Amino acid sequence: MWDNLQILGLAPVFNVQLLVNGVLIGAVFALAAYGLALVWGVMNVKNLAQGDFVMMGGYLGWWLAERGLNPILALLPVAAVMFAFGWVLYWLIIRRVIQRDLFTSLLATFGLAIVMQQGLNLAFGPEVRTADSGFDTRVFFDGMVTVTDIRIVSFVLCGLLAVALVLYMKRSRMGQAIRATAQDARAARILGVDTERVYAFTFSLNSAICGAAGVLISMIWVLQPFYGIAYSVRAFVIVTAAGLGNLPGVIIAALGLGAIEQYSGFVLGAQFQQATVVGLLVVILVWKQFLMMRRRENLQ
Amino acid sequence: MYKTKRTFLLAATASAVALAFAGPAAAKVEGDKIILGSAISITGKYSQEGKNARDGYDLAVKMINDKGGVKVGDKSYKLEVKYYDDESTPARTAQLLERLISQDGVKYVLGPYSSGTTKAAAPVTEKYKIPMVEAEGASRSLFTQGYRYLFAVLSTSEQYLASAIALAAETAKKQGKKPSDVRIAMAFENDPFSLDVRAGVVDDAKKYGMKIVIDDKLPRDLSDMSATLTKVKALKPDLLVVSGHTKGASTAGRQINEMGISVPMIAMTHCESADIIGKFGAGAEGILCPTQWAETLSYKDSLFGTAKQYNDLFLKTYTGYDTVPYQSAQASAAVQVWADAFTRAQSFDTEKLRDTIAATNLDTFYGKVKFSPAGNNIAKPMVLRQVQNGGYHVVAPSEWASHKLVFPRNAGGAKQASK
Repeated sequence: MWDNLQILGLAPVFNVQLLVNGVLIGAVFALAAYGLALVWGVMNVKNLAQGDFVMMGGYLGWWLAERGLNPILALLPVAAVMFAFGWVLYWLIIRRVIQRDLFTSLLATFGLAIVMQQGLNLAFGPEVRTADSGFDTRVFFDGMVTVTDIRIVSFVLCGLLAVALVLYMKRSRMGQAIRATAQDARAARILGVDTERVYAFTFSLNSAICGAAGVLISMIWVLQPFYGIAYSVRAFVIVTAAGLGNLPGVIIAALGLGAIEQYSGFVLGAQFQQATVVGLLVVILVWKQFLMMRRRENLQ
Repeated sequence: MYKTKRTFLLAATASAVALAFAGPAAAKVEGDKIILGSAISITGKYSQEGKNARDGYDLAVKMINDKGGVKVGDKSYKLEVKYYDDESTPARTAQLLERLISQDGVKYVLGPYSSGTTKAAAPVTEKYKIPMVEAEGASRSLFTQGYRYLFAVLSTSEQYLASAIALAAETAKKQGKKPSDVRIAMAFENDPFSLDVRAGVVDDAKKYGMKIVIDDKLPRDLSDMSATLTKVKALKPDLLVVSGHTKGASTAGRQINEMGISVPMIAMTHCESADIIGKFGAGAEGILCPTQWAETLSYKDSLFGTAKQYNDLFLKTYTGYDTVPYQSAQASAAVQVWADAFTRAQSFDTEKLRDTIAATNLDTFYGKVKFSPAGNNIAKPMVLRQVQNGGYHVVAPSEWASHKLVFPRNAGGAKQASK
């Protein structure tokens, strides 16, 4: 472990590689995390199937790519299909658990996650899949740092999507309705907002965002029907760290998480890369508890 | 009414008991048929590999039957395999083997697909003292339990990449360096199979006094190796070994290419199932891949002929294959071991057959078969193939090599080369 830290000190160029890789992939994590925060904040549903939406989107993108479509162009149809899928799921399942307590929605989405994993397994088989973006790799510092163009493209796309989402939430009628519902569903209903429709739209929007993230993942990493859980965990860590309704926070936390994963993989070894994410969740929760305790003391 | 019901129950029980006793005696050899049994993956995560294995079993059975079957005494018997679907889960394998043996009366067993299911199967065949010849469970832990009735025709997992270590030592010597100068980077998935592979590498590296500079364990659902590969870039090892099933090979293949990793020798398992040539093209050039069997090897037997002839026959018989998976070849070899045992034992007695199998010394198109006291095949080496000009070619061990090793491997991939 110390050896690895020493390398980073002696050859700082590798820091660049780790940071770049981490931050670029972190942008994709941010998408899934933002979707989670949206559903969590507006509907108070903690979606444990978040990562499986990502995988499903990825598989749909891969499927289209196999049939000759450029995977980047697959983003739009996949997002549309995932939106429709989210809509159906909302009316079938989610609608029935919104008013219930925490555990009902956790159980329902956990069940949904299992069904989706097995469904993907049946539909696409258990083999690992990757789509080829056809992009090049950029080389810097005499080959010491390499960045694939697809990561840059996906970073930019994630940024554009985030801006579009913010504008949509601020400016559009539906965006306003979503924010109103998140603040106080009952008041929104009294003022004529069709909250049922808002919920359905929010859930579908999340599904579409995850789908888009999945398509990007299919070109950067690999897909496997049972890999969704890793993305669910990441999304939960990010949202817990950033808090609900805090898009800049979600983005910063996601980019940070991406970088931390890379550093822990480098310093501690790949076996700790994901364990670090979970460890981080514990640290964040303890820290938040500590902050709250301090605030309580101040109030007293 | 009550009385009739009880009589009926009694009769039903009696007939069930009678059936249970009658079943086994009749079923091991039915008329002129010898029934082999296997609980194997038809559905579930190993469905494809299970099919590969089944096709291998069936092809050998068909060939043996076409050539007159197995002669025991002065009568010729045809082989037949009774399959059950273990749904790729070890618990099911054990259950179904119980059923094959105790209900269907099968006395001669062929293995399931995968180490995990074979691990579940072995205690059952041990319990009933039924010999099992398996072709698809490579974990070395299968052969450390003291099982008496388990025989495997394939090389065990710790041999998978050990040949790469030997090759690295050989190459170092050729370049005027000492084998102990070789520095190794390892990335292995944290699962029983890959850890076995790792144990073989570590043992052999120790033997040569090589230094292991990276020893990363990849989690089950890791889809990113870039941190490990960044370390590889920093430490510049002489040999990089990777094993993590298909996903490990896919991830490594892609990222080695993307990151322009220029280690002179790279070896990884599951190249074929990850289709690294098809997916990464020139980026896969020079990667070394261990295999149990290759159609270019000069093994041969009287049933199938040469490895190449087996290859052609297989592709002619089954559609949907571009190349013959080694899983199929070794499955065929397992059936050959059974046929050979019946012929030499001239008996259907399981104990006698077990001893006959233990004394097997058979040349097959798949390689030589000779079992250690633990039951694994010690006569057939793993061979290393290198990706050269978009194809897999055997480069080690040298007595089977069809091509010369390209060393150092062409640094960087297609994507860098075009820049």
